Amino acid sequence: MDRIPILKLGDFLLVTVQVDMHDRLAMNLQEDLTDKIVSAHARGVLIDISALDMVDSFIGRMLGNIASMSRILDAETVVVGMRPAVAITLVELGLSLPGVRTALNVERGMEMLRATISVYAAEYSEYHGDPF
Amino acid sequence: MAIRSESLPILSSEDVVTVRRRVRAMAIEQGLKLIDQTKIITATSELARNTFVFGGGGTVLLEALESGGRYGVRLTFEDRGPGIADLTLAMKDGYTTGGGLGLGLSGAKRLSNEFEIDSRLGEGTRVTITRWR
Repeated sequence: MDRIPILKLGDFLLVTVQVDMHDRLAMNLQEDLTDKIVSAHARGVLIDISALDMVDSFIGRMLGNIASMSRILDAETVVVGMRPAVAITLVELGLSLPGVRTALNVERGMEMLRATISVYAAEYSEYHGDPF
Repeated sequence: MAIRSESLPILSSEDVVTVRRRVRAMAIEQGLKLIDQTKIITATSELARNTFVFGGGGTVLLEALESGGRYGVRLTFEDRGPGIADLTLAMKDGYTTGGGLGLGLSGAKRLSNEFEIDSRLGEGTRVTITRWR
């Protein structure tokens, strides 16, 4: 069965969507990612959609689900690389991707994740002592 | 008016991807700008999924239009599924019977220049959209 590869980069997982996604592929990615967040003890997920020429309500919903599920599993998700035409169309379609954090590219997304995770770590050590 | 046309089946989620590709190719041939290409393939994806999921499969007719120097793409999605009981309700943002976001029909309408829907209970549904250059 078709699968989108998930790469582990330190504490983060990187998903680069390079194919025209059909619905089942999107569903598989959702499942695979949640499994991998747990098995790899990931703190963050980067989803690069720069190759996608459209995001419809199904893919939009999948991105929202991934963000919610990863948050419950103590990982942050950032969607990166959305094309301008895709963003405009998405809003006109009626989707604003609530709860999904976005960044311009992988590098910025990575910075965003690092910053978020270090804030969490600092808050944690303030209340419970240094966990590291 | 239609200078070229082709009919494609929509019987699986892979077919939805094929239809998107063909619509994109026709939109490019017709000279639609990137933003308009993106809008019509997104609308295509929503309507083709409806045809497959709610209509139990069907077809789409792609037509390359030329009218008085205007170029466009017209798509007609047709199924022989259960039909839509309440069209006004079905066109409302957020209304769904399938557990989705309920943006398919209303969103596709917003992404098109022209939109027409005809549905009969027990007979099926036909949706036609047009996007001009």
